[in-house]
Amino acid sequence: MKGLSRRDALKRGLLGIAGAASASSAAHASVLHGTSHPNPHTVMTGGLPQGAGIDPSAFLRHFDYGAVSRRANGQTVREYRMIAMDRNLEVMPGLFYSAWTYNGQVPGPTLRCTEGDLLRVHFHNAGTHPHSIHFHGFHPANMDGVFEQIEPGGAFVYEFEASPFGLQLYHCHTMPLKRHIAKGLYGALIIDPRRTRPQANEMVMVMNGFDVNFDGENEIYAVNTVPFAYQANPIVLRRGELNRIYLVNVLEFDLLNSLHTHATFFHVYRTGSSLTPHEFTDTISMGQGERHIVEFKYDHPGKFMFHAHQSEFAELGWMGVFDVQDKITT
Amino acid sequence: MKGNRWLWFALPFGLLAALSLFVIKGGTLSRLARDVPPVEELTVDRVQLTPGQIVLDVVNGGPDPVTVAQVMVDEAYWTHTMTPGPTVDRLGRARIAIPYPWVAGEPHQIKLVTATGVTFDHEIAVATETPKANAGYFLTFTLIGLYVGVLPVAIGLLWLPFLKRLDQRWIHFALSLTAGLLIFLAVEALHEALEMSGRVAGAFQGIGLVAIGALGAWLVLQAFGGAGSRAQGADNPAQQRMRLAFLIALGIGLHNLGEGLAIGAAYAQGAVTLGAFLVVGFMIHNTTEGLGIVAPVAQDNPSLKKLAIAGLLAGGPTILGAWLGGVSYSPLLATLCLAIGAGAILQVVGVLYKALRQPTGDAWSPLNAMGVATGLLIMYATGLLVAA
Repeated sequence: MKGLSRRDALKRGLLGIAGAASASSAAHASVLHGTSHPNPHTVMTGGLPQGAGIDPSAFLRHFDYGAVSRRANGQTVREYRMIAMDRNLEVMPGLFYSAWTYNGQVPGPTLRCTEGDLLRVHFHNAGTHPHSIHFHGFHPANMDGVFEQIEPGGAFVYEFEASPFGLQLYHCHTMPLKRHIAKGLYGALIIDPRRTRPQANEMVMVMNGFDVNFDGENEIYAVNTVPFAYQANPIVLRRGELNRIYLVNVLEFDLLNSLHTHATFFHVYRTGSSLTPHEFTDTISMGQGERHIVEFKYDHPGKFMFHAHQSEFAELGWMGVFDVQDKITT
Repeated sequence: MKGNRWLWFALPFGLLAALSLFVIKGGTLSRLARDVPPVEELTVDRVQLTPGQIVLDVVNGGPDPVTVAQVMVDEAYWTHTMTPGPTVDRLGRARIAIPYPWVAGEPHQIKLVTATGVTFDHEIAVATETPKANAGYFLTFTLIGLYVGVLPVAIGLLWLPFLKRLDQRWIHFALSLTAGLLIFLAVEALHEALEMSGRVAGAFQGIGLVAIGALGAWLVLQAFGGAGSRAQGADNPAQQRMRLAFLIALGIGLHNLGEGLAIGAAYAQGAVTLGAFLVVGFMIHNTTEGLGIVAPVAQDNPSLKKLAIAGLLAGGPTILGAWLGGVSYSPLLATLCLAIGAGAILQVVGVLYKALRQPTGDAWSPLNAMGVATGLLIMYATGLLVAA
C-alpha cells in the first residue's frame, strides 16, 4: 500500500495477530469467490470483430491455387499476386492494430500447389516500408527474399519450382525482422506431394499473436488472427471423418507454442515432409517457424476444445471448439 | 474615467476569446496537427471487490478521449461491462465491472487494453472484499480512529501536571521537543503527499495539489492566527499560549485527517492488517502529539473543557479521515489531505519558534536545540514500532 509511508511497512498480514481494531471483517481465509464463472464463449467482450480483414471460418478452408497454365513440357505454372499493404485491423472487438499485410489480410493467403509446379509470385509493395517474401523450401539465392529488398512502390517476381513437398511458411525477410513478421507479413505455402494424401476435411491453422502495445510481448494469441474465433463459431466436424490440419507456428516473442486437442489423438507429419507419421499424441509443442500436418478423427459427437497448452496463450485468445456432429446440419 | 476600468479589464478577455475562436474555426491548426496516435492516459482511482466481481473506477487524466476495448485479468481476457460507455472523455470517469472469481488474500493483475492497443496495468496487491458502508463498518473505522488518534492524544495531554512541575528552562525544552515532533511529522506528511501525488491522474496535477494544499493551509493559518491575536489584544500571555496550544492541536488534527484517511484506505483495501502490536505502536507514536499540545500551556491552568476540545481537535479528525478513507478513497483526496496536514504543521512550527524567541530573544539555547533533536529522535524511535 503506497501512501502510508510513515506506516510504510504495513505489509500484508503483519504479525498475524488478530487486531484490536479489526473486530468486524478482516479475517477471511483463502476463500474462492467463484459462483459466476463466465460462459467460456463470452470471454471476449463484444462478440467477434468486424474489421479483422479475414473471416476466420472462411480462411480456415480457403486455398489459393493461383492462376494455372501449362508449359510446353507439361509443367504446371501457378501465378499468384501478392501485394504488401498497411492496414488497420480490428483484431479484437474495438481493438485496432496497425498491421502490415499481404493482400490486406493476416495471415496472408494460403498458397497451394503440387510438388514440381513452377510458381510465379508477382509481388508488389504498396506499403510504406521495404518488404519482401521469403519462402521456406528450395529455390535459387536471388529468389530467397533476403538480399532483394523491394522498396515501397517497387515490384518483384519470385519464380521457382515447388519443392520439397510439405507444409512451408512464407514471411517478409526485411530487417528489423521481428517487427516485419510480428506486424503480420506471413502465411502458409502448401506443397502437395505428387502422390496425393488421403481424402480428408482440410483446414489451415496459423498460430499467431499480436503485440498491440509494442512492448515485446504478445497481448493477443490466436489461430488465424482472431482470438476465440472458433470458440464463438465452433468448427463443425463429422464424426468418424478424417480431419487434416495444416498447422503453422509464426508466433513472435514467445519461444514455444502448442496444439492440444481434447478427447482425441492426432498423427503428426513433421513439416509435412513425409507421408508416414512421426508421432501419435494429443499435444505438440512447436518453436517459431515450425509447422506440421496433423490428422485425427473423432469417435464421439459433441463439443471438444482445442487450444494451446500454454494456458496463458489459451486465455489470451488461442482456444477454439470442434463441434463433432453425426450429420452435418449446417 | 473610473467607469472605463471594467472595459479595460474585459478587453484582454475579449481578445482571447476571439483568438480562441479563430484558432478553432480558422483552420490554422492544421499546420500544427501531426498524424500521430492520441496520447492516452487512464488511471485506476478505486477498486471494489464483491464476491465474484471486480469493479474499477477509472479516470482519464490525458489530453484525448480513451476507449477501453478489452480487459485482462491475470493475463486472461475477461468479459466486462463499462458504464456509461467504453469511451472515457478527457477528465471523465467510468466504471468497469468484471465478473471474476478473485481469490481472497492473493494479488491480481488487471490490464486495460484501449482501442489503439495501449495497455494500462493495475495491481490489486491483496484481494479482500470491500467493506460495505453500514453501521458496523463505521464502528470499525471509528474504533481505528479512536485507537490511533483520539486516545493517544488524550493520554499525551495528561503530561500537563508533570510539565507544571518543571521550571521555565525545561518547559522551553518541552516546547522545542514539540517543534521537533512536528517537523518530523511535516517532513513525513510532505513525503507521503508527494508520493501519493504520483498516483493522481495527470490532468489533475498531483504536484500542484501538494503546493496548493500545503501552502494554502499555511497561508490560511498564518492569516487566521494573526487576525485572532490582533483582535483579542496581545496583552494576555496566558490567552496567547492557549491559542498556541489550539493552533498546535489544529495542525496536528489536519495532519491526522490525512493519516486517518491513509490508514482507513489501507485497511479497507486489505493492504494492512491492524494487529495488536501495530495498534500499540500507533498509540505510542501518537501519544507524543498530546505532549506537544500541552507544552505551551504548562505554566497556566487551562480548563479541562479547553483541554478536551484541543484533544478532540487533534485526535478527532483521525476518525473522520478513517471513515473517508474507508468509504470513498481517492488518490486526489489523499494527496490534498496530506499536503494540508504538512502545511498546517509547518505553520505551527513557525509559531512555536516565535513563542520560544519571545522571552529571551534567542530560541537557540543548547537545551532548546537538544529539545528539537530529541523530538525528532522520539518520532523516529516510535516510528520503528509501526514499521515492520
